[in-house]
Amino acid sequence: MMNIKCPYCGNRSEAEYSFGGPAHLVRPIPAAEVSDEEWVDYLFMLDNVKGVSAERWCHSHGCGQWFNMLRNTVTHEILTIYKMGESLESAKGGENGA
Amino acid sequence: MQKYSTLSLVRNALTHHNGWEKAWRSPDLKSEYDAVVVGGGGHGLATAYYLAKEHGYKNIAVIEAGWLGGGNTGRNTTIVRSNYLFPQSAEFYDFSLKLFENMSRELDFNVMLRQAGLLTLLHSRHDLEVMRRSINAMHMNGIDSDWVTPNEVADMAPGINMSDDARYPIVGGILQKRGGVARHDGVAWGFARAGDSLGVDIIQMCAVTGFDIENGEVVGVQTAKGHIKTKKVAIAVAGHSGVLADMAGFRLPVSSMALQACVSEPLKPIFDAAIMSPSLGMYISQSDKGELVMGGALDAYPSYAQRGNINTLEHIIAGIVELFPNFSRIKLMRQWAGIVDIVHDSTPIIGLTPVKGMYINCGFGTGGFKATPAGGWTLAYTLANDRPHKMNEDLSLKRFETGAFIDEMGAAGIAH
Repeated sequence: MMNIKCPYCGNRSEAEYSFGGPAHLVRPIPAAEVSDEEWVDYLFMLDNVKGVSAERWCHSHGCGQWFNMLRNTVTHEILTIYKMGESLESAKGGENGA
Repeated sequence: MQKYSTLSLVRNALTHHNGWEKAWRSPDLKSEYDAVVVGGGGHGLATAYYLAKEHGYKNIAVIEAGWLGGGNTGRNTTIVRSNYLFPQSAEFYDFSLKLFENMSRELDFNVMLRQAGLLTLLHSRHDLEVMRRSINAMHMNGIDSDWVTPNEVADMAPGINMSDDARYPIVGGILQKRGGVARHDGVAWGFARAGDSLGVDIIQMCAVTGFDIENGEVVGVQTAKGHIKTKKVAIAVAGHSGVLADMAGFRLPVSSMALQACVSEPLKPIFDAAIMSPSLGMYISQSDKGELVMGGALDAYPSYAQRGNINTLEHIIAGIVELFPNFSRIKLMRQWAGIVDIVHDSTPIIGLTPVKGMYINCGFGTGGFKATPAGGWTLAYTLANDRPHKMNEDLSLKRFETGAFIDEMGAAGIAH
């Protein structure tokens, strides 16, 4: 069971959080010019990483805020937690590590 | 293949059981095969068996990274049923159930199918209305499905909480009488033994490490025990589908998550049917040994850990105890998880891939065991003919592009 450090509330049990898909997905634009293949790729296709994966999570039963998390999907080890809008590179050098 | 029968049992008993042959060989890996099946679980072994039996393939290998049937085939809760809503699912899963009904005879291996019924409990006016619609849809699709009154539920499941002030009162149920349980290991062993006797090489403890692809066409498989030359590859690896697809250079609409289950200490017989409550997020059956086999929802985030987390287990157990208050003091013997391959519409993907000569069976999510024979049968057909059978035409990867989803989870409300 994971103990996740919300950037706003601190350490809380995994039960308070919801997983919200992969982080840093960029929506293709302009919509009218995006092909079916590109939409399929953006909407459905997943890297489904075995190992270290960048994910979005929401503290849904707490403050309700979204944040990003770098997590190992095999060991469930949490490597870094960083705010929405921050890049993975800046987070690695930052202070929000769990 | 040595025939299993009452006579062979008696004969071997008289000779101190020294005369039993090994159920399958452990051959060395050859350097070339006509077809390679990646994944030695139920679906992979069934694929190899049907390739040999229905399509005349003589030179097939099943490559398994661990041991035979050691993944989700040995971790599921053994329930078989076909009470789906949409015509494509109904046809596919009922074909599978029919293959189960004849499996022990066909494979000469007792898979211990017990069709004692699958009872889905309804707890509200809303449940009743949705399920009345489902029953009608099932009847239209030729699937047996019966309405069950609260009194009949009480008879079928002694000890169930029928009080009016229950948090989830029981207002009825639906019963598929042909549903039930089968021995999961038996299914894997039966297909392995029957496939082996038709010449299938089962290679265990041999991970696939890569694919050789030339001009968009598969020409070989790299494994821990050496290189294989082949033009046909079938992939049936459930939770690791994404990892194998990555090796072949394409992506899948699949998310790998942990699904857990647990069993209690053995008890005297309580009920026959498997009982499922989507509202309470749990299902329960009693094994032939008397253990209560229980499960529920997914641990709802990606995981390759093959272990469940305690808060999901707590949720499942809370549902069980709410429904059967007198089970609260029963001890759990074991708890485990398997890594399942979740897709958006809870419908499997069986068909072609972007790589020519490579075929995939994945996306069964939490309900793959009941589909074992049909999943293998359709994947074998697709590989042998380089096109899907009518039964898995709509189960293709293409549906994510066309939008022709078969949204079983949303429509039927049946826990998978």
